[in-house]
Amino acid sequence: MKVHADFSALRRTKWYEYAIRFLFGGIITAITGMIAKKFGPQVGGLFLAFPAIFPATATLLEKHEKQKKEQKGLNGTKRGRLAAGVDAAGAAMGTGGVLVFALIVWKLLPGNPGSMVLAGATLAWVIVAISIWGAEEKIRQLQRKHLAAKSIQRLRTR
Amino acid sequence: MEILLRAVIGGVVVSAFALLGDVFQPKRFAGLFGAAPSVALASLGLAIASNGKLYAALEARSMAGGAIAFFVYAYCVCVVMMKYKPSAMLCSLAMIPIWCATAFGLWMLWLR
Repeated sequence: MKVHADFSALRRTKWYEYAIRFLFGGIITAITGMIAKKFGPQVGGLFLAFPAIFPATATLLEKHEKQKKEQKGLNGTKRGRLAAGVDAAGAAMGTGGVLVFALIVWKLLPGNPGSMVLAGATLAWVIVAISIWGAEEKIRQLQRKHLAAKSIQRLRTR
Repeated sequence: MEILLRAVIGGVVVSAFALLGDVFQPKRFAGLFGAAPSVALASLGLAIASNGKLYAALEARSMAGGAIAFFVYAYCVCVVMMKYKPSAMLCSLAMIPIWCATAFGLWMLWLR
């Protein structure tokens, strides 16, 4: 499946769902600052990669996928939960980019302008995360092709 | 006041990345934005401004441990969701201790 933007998804999200994510993000960012102040940057830094928004995003995705199925008169519970699982797989791939982001900031920040390092690290996050996703897609395509070829061979030998 | 500013900036950055996750298809690709460094971007910018670059660099060093913990957490959520199909909220919240255990384990072994 090709990557594309579906802006109609924005209309499916209710105002309070946006508010929940804003609140989650705000609270976690504030708590991270308080932890760093109380226990030092070594402990506070851990929470910069805390799955702050993930539970809210996965829950909303499950709900939206379920609603889509139910509009067609089908039970969408299983579909919604599988979609949340797929979202988690994507998040796991994205963490590779987060790791690179952290390493770049750690190593380059002391001797370079802060805004440039943060911009460069964000770009690196995008490149690494998309590359991991692309590599995984290629592997899955090859696996599907291999399975299809095997099934055809099995049918021919029968 | 600083906490309020931090919360507002964090909320805006996190919401922006969440919007990107909503818009993109397929969902496996959109999931990448679930692990965007949104809290980090908001926090590190403020840390540089108020505590200096060395302080922020130390935070980023620990963030690397947090990122590894996030991978373990997201992988576990994915496996459990695919295999047992529990509710997303229950699963994603129940797995948070896995992030905590991995992050603090790494902190004890490597970052302390």
